[in-house]
This record gives sequence, C-alpha cells and structure tokens, in this order.
Amino acid sequence: MNYISIKNNQTILLSDIPESNYESFFDKNSELISGHPERHCVNYFGYKVGNNVKLISCIADDITHTILVSTCLVHKDHQLESLSNKLFCFEKFEREIHENFGINYIDHPWLKPVRYAHNRDDQSQTIANYPFFSIDSEELHEVGVGPIHAGIIEPGHFRFICNGEQILHLEIQLGYQHRGIEQLFIEKKKLLQRATLAENIAGDTAVGHSIAFAHVWESLCGYQAGYDLEFARTLALELERIAVHVGDLSGACTDIAYQLGSSVFGRLRTPIINFLQEWGGNRLSKGLIRPGRNQFPFTPALAERLNRVLDLFEPDFNEMAEKLFSLSSALSRFERTGLVSNSDALTIGAVGLTARMTNLNRDVRASHPFSLYTEIKHEPIVKRHGDVYSRVQIRKKEVEQSIQYIRRLIANVPVHSEEREVLETPKPNSFTLSLVEGWRGEICHCALTDKNGNLMIYKIKDPSFHNWLALALSVRNNEISDFPISNKSFDLSYSGHDL
Amino acid sequence: MLENLKILFHQGKQYIPDPTTVEVPGIFRGRPIISLEEVNENQLVELCPTNAISANPIKIDLGKCTFCGECAMCFPQKIIFTKDYKLSSNDRNRLIIGAGENKSIEVNPDTVRKEIHRTFGGSLKLRHISAGGDGSCEWELGAANNVQFDMSRYGIDFVASPRHADGIVISGPITKNMAEAVQICYDATPEPKIIVLVGTDAISGGIFADSPAIDRSFLEEYQADLYIPGNPAHPLTIVNGLLDLTRKLK
Repeated sequence: MNYISIKNNQTILLSDIPESNYESFFDKNSELISGHPERHCVNYFGYKVGNNVKLISCIADDITHTILVSTCLVHKDHQLESLSNKLFCFEKFEREIHENFGINYIDHPWLKPVRYAHNRDDQSQTIANYPFFSIDSEELHEVGVGPIHAGIIEPGHFRFICNGEQILHLEIQLGYQHRGIEQLFIEKKKLLQRATLAENIAGDTAVGHSIAFAHVWESLCGYQAGYDLEFARTLALELERIAVHVGDLSGACTDIAYQLGSSVFGRLRTPIINFLQEWGGNRLSKGLIRPGRNQFPFTPALAERLNRVLDLFEPDFNEMAEKLFSLSSALSRFERTGLVSNSDALTIGAVGLTARMTNLNRDVRASHPFSLYTEIKHEPIVKRHGDVYSRVQIRKKEVEQSIQYIRRLIANVPVHSEEREVLETPKPNSFTLSLVEGWRGEICHCALTDKNGNLMIYKIKDPSFHNWLALALSVRNNEISDFPISNKSFDLSYSGHDL
Repeated sequence: MLENLKILFHQGKQYIPDPTTVEVPGIFRGRPIISLEEVNENQLVELCPTNAISANPIKIDLGKCTFCGECAMCFPQKIIFTKDYKLSSNDRNRLIIGAGENKSIEVNPDTVRKEIHRTFGGSLKLRHISAGGDGSCEWELGAANNVQFDMSRYGIDFVASPRHADGIVISGPITKNMAEAVQICYDATPEPKIIVLVGTDAISGGIFADSPAIDRSFLEEYQADLYIPGNPAHPLTIVNGLLDLTRKLK
C-alpha cells in the first residue's frame, strides 16, 4: 500500500501517510485515476521541508466514500515528470506547485502562472507582464477584458482570440484577488481570526468555507460536534444554496435581456438572505458558523418564521421559473450555448454543478457525506447536455430540492445544548482533510500541525480552482456575445481561486 | 402577456418607500453603543479579531470592525449592537465610537469638498473596483440597486466605464496584484471625482491589514471622500452614506 484511505473529516498522524519516492508516487496516483471516473483529485499540494518539498496527494473515491492520501519528498532542483501529461486533471495543481516552489516539470503542457502569489518562487514574473497565448494570423483578432469588469464583480483578465464574432480560444488569467489567506491562517493565532479568514475566502460561500474550517478544526481537536450544531450548519448551507442559485437565475435573465425574470428572481433572493440576517445578524451569514459552538441557536420560533418565508417564496419562484422555461426566446439563448462535454469535464476534473451538468455525478453531500447529509440521503441532480440550459435547470431544481430538505429539517428543531465541551488544542503532527459541497461544488480544506500542535500548513481549494477551465472550454466556437450568459451560468469565484 | 401581468401582480409592492427611515428585520448588527460599565479591558481588547477595540477608555473603530458581535456576546453589559445602519462618514475619526456615545454617524458637512454637493447633488455615476474584495460587498452594492433598495431612484447608478463616472467605489483591501489597475481606473475618471471605500477590508484592510499580499499606497496618496463600514456593508448603509455625502447642505 502506498496510500492511506481516510474518511471525510478524519484526522490522522502525518507519519501514517505512506511516503514513497516520486516514481512510485507518480505511478500510484496515475493508476488510481486512470479509467476510474469515480475518483478524482480533491487536493494536491506541496510544502517546504528544508530544501525539499513534500508533496501530498488526496484522491477522493466516490464509491468507497474514502480519500486516498499519499506523499513523497522531492528536491527543488529535481526535474520531475508531470502527471498532467498523462492525466490532465493534475495540470492546475502542478502549475501551483511549480509557481510556489519552482519545481520543474519536464513535460508539463503549459506551466502558466496560477495566481502570482506574493510568496511565489520567481518574483521576477508579475501579473502585469504576463505573456498571453496568441495566434499569429491576419484573420484573427484579440479581445482583452479586465481585470476590472463592466459590472459590479470581482477582477480577472479574459483574453479572447476571435474569428469575426466567433471565439476560437479564451484564456483566463487570475490572481488579482490574491490576499495571502493561506499564510494568514498560520500567522493569525486566534481561533476567531481564523474563522473570520474562512468566511472571507469567498463572500458568496461564507457558510461553505466556514463549515469546512470548523470541521477541520474540530477534527484536529478531537471534538465531536453535537446534532444541534450540525443541524444549524446544514440548514445554513442549504439556505445559502437557494440564495445564490436564485441570484444567478436573475443574472442569467439579465444576460439574455429578460427584464421580468431578472427583477423577480433578483427580488426573491432578498427574503432568503434577510432570513439569514434575522437568524444570525448578517445577510451573508458571516459570524454564523464557528468551530465548537453556535452563537445563534435555531429556535422553533425561527423555524416557524422560515416556514412562512418559504410559503411566500415558493409560489412566486415556481411561477417565474415556469414562465422562464416556457419562453422560446429564453430557451433559444440557453440551449446548446456554452457546451462542455462529459469527457472534457472528466478530463479537467470538474466538480459540483459544473460536473453534474455533464452527467458526471459528483456531489460530496452524497459521496462523502458530512453534517446531517448522512441522514438526509441526498440524491444529486444531474443533467447531461452540459450547456447553459443544463446549468440553469440544475439551479432551479436544486432550489426546489433545498426547500424540501429545509422543510423536513425544521419540522424537528433540536434543542440547543448549552453545555459544551471546550475545544482543546489540536493534536500534534496531524493531518486533516475536510470536504464540503457548497453551492458551487466541492470545497476542500487540508490542515497540517507541527510537533507542538500549531497549525503548520493550511491548504484551501475552492471548486472554482477546477472549474474555471470548464468556462474557458465552454465558450469555444460560441459567439462572443454569448460569453456573459455562459459566464453567469457558471458563476465561478475569483476570490476563492486567488485566495 | 396575461401571465406576465399575473406575475407582476403577484410580486406586489417590493420597493422600500423610504430607505432612510425603514427598520431592518431581525438582529442586524449596526452601530454599537459602549456603556460606562467597568470591565476587564485587556480581555475585551484581546477578543477582537481585527484590533478594532482599543482600551483606556474603550473605543470601537467601525473602520476595522468585522461586526462579528463577539465583544457584545462576551461583554453584554459593556457593548450592544443597535440596528442603526447609518454608519458612513467622510471623516475617518467619526467611525470611532467612544463609551457613552449614542447618535447616528453622519457626514461632517464642514469638511465635504464643496463641489461634491454642487456637482453630484442630483446625479452620481460610480465606477466600482473590486480590489481583493471577497464578493460580499460586491453582492451588497448590486443589491443597493435591486428593485427593493432601488438606489437609482436618487440618480445614483453604477456605470461600466471610469470615463462615464463621477467617482470610484473600492471594495477589498487592495491587493498588490490590483494596485496598478486601481490607479489606472482612478486616473481615467474625469475631474471632479470622489473616492468611496466600501466595507471593512477597504477602509482598514480588515483581517488582511497586515498581509504581505496587499498594497494600500493608493490610499496613502489620495484622500477618500466617504467611508461605508460593514462586513459586508448593508445596502441601507450604502444608500444612506451616498445620500448623506451628496445631498446634505451645510
């Protein structure tokens, strides 16, 4: 065995992770993934050990509900064979390892910078002088957009190579949002500071990332969260899913110039996030999720209130959705626009909604259940066309599904337990991995502690890390005017990617 | 057509008639009040994740505060958060709340540049720049112009180009990788122009204040005209702050 299999949120000793040389590490990991669509890489990262870099690979197996972790030690000056050349889903992880530590891959297809991290190995490369891919032709032209976009959104640079109105190639360069979060996790010593960092990774996924951090921390401290805690987390996560999906349906309507849909879906987000504020005092649920405690117990009175909010929400949502999906003018913009094939999604290691729209069933709620999802027995919603239509359909259906789950949950509100054990210090020399299915898809947080139980490495992977490439592929051969609708239907995170 | 009318009818009246006086639902954490009660000040100061609380006497800097409410939970006799969402000012010092103070935060009309009221009093077009913002202030800036808060009823809008704008709105702590873009965007905005900082991250850096990946030299060089606190700032805080800056007469 050159790997160890663990469950979601399990803490193991660092020394329990089998270490091998790079060749067998390489062989094992490619063997695990090749021909196994049920497995994919959830995190692959390095950290410095003296002059060497230790690599840790985490492969999730959706059938056995386990994560297969292996490690190896490489020297910075070694020339390594790249896994990406064989299995493209490793490409971004290897680019990140190359950017951070200067590890050289001899046969990597394209060692394009990931995010220009402040502590990158080669400081001479800056985001301003990035050489974009270009095609030398008199027939083609380039369109550059960003980093500042025309709307109220986060920054990133999109470079289109077009033939007339048709997009041949889109290159996305990110990194503008890089705030050095992973390093701050180590430097900020107070638990509250770290929880604050977690909810600031991606503001629209404050609940998702906060749950991942809470689970990592509780597991490291050997703390078993009570039912009422996990109840509140599950509820908040599903409410966040509804809020963002409805907001994105509004965005999709805006981008096809359907004013009624844009306004109605836009206003329907408000009662959901206002409810989150009634519960926790913040419309984006910042401050709601904390390791080892719940400052805002979910009371039966809140349950009654939420039922009322949903009673009013549902008929308006259903009526608007029914109208939108019966409009031929809307459907003609959605259908067969922004296509990603199942094999492309598999190749790039897509996760979450982006995977599910191509009939690739990846949903951590079902495959590596956390919080209350073991008892909810979640059934992922899967579509197979991989176009904008599939993406908006999944959003609609997931809103309906989340409402069902919430109704079921709040029918029995658990009693808030006042007596809690205190969170102890994390176990020394340990490794923990936590997977959470946010509304975008799989969030993965990994933590390593040193011999004194101090946090040594904190590694965050937002689902956008895999899925940005899906957006770039989806717009090929589309008209450039269809880019906004494709982009909005994915709604990927810049800040979650750039960290 | 009939279906469209039906949908419209079912929405009812969504807009907030007066965003300057409406009450926020639930337990919103707005402007805090600090009592004169004696507490262990060191413990209180130590609690805050972003060093927004200073001791002797206890003060809270809303430009640094993440509104997590931890201080109010641990010291309920000392600090309470009210539902007052009027938190914006052009004067950075007005965001610092001292013990015993209990009045809405306002723009100081004496220090507002005089061209602001004259030029932007009836119409204000803003260019938003996210410079390391996590998407939450962006979300609330967008919400400020949805059918409920409807900021454009006051002639305040967001535009797609700095060339069309009367000022820039910055969210996020300003990352190194965005510093140049912020400067270029500001330079491209015609005079007279204003700078608005939205959210704790933009005003002070927030939890990222001492990160080596941010570069706040732009704010050392230029004076902001309005600070809108919050994590993220509530749409009502945004609307009222912008109105207070551009509409108030001396």
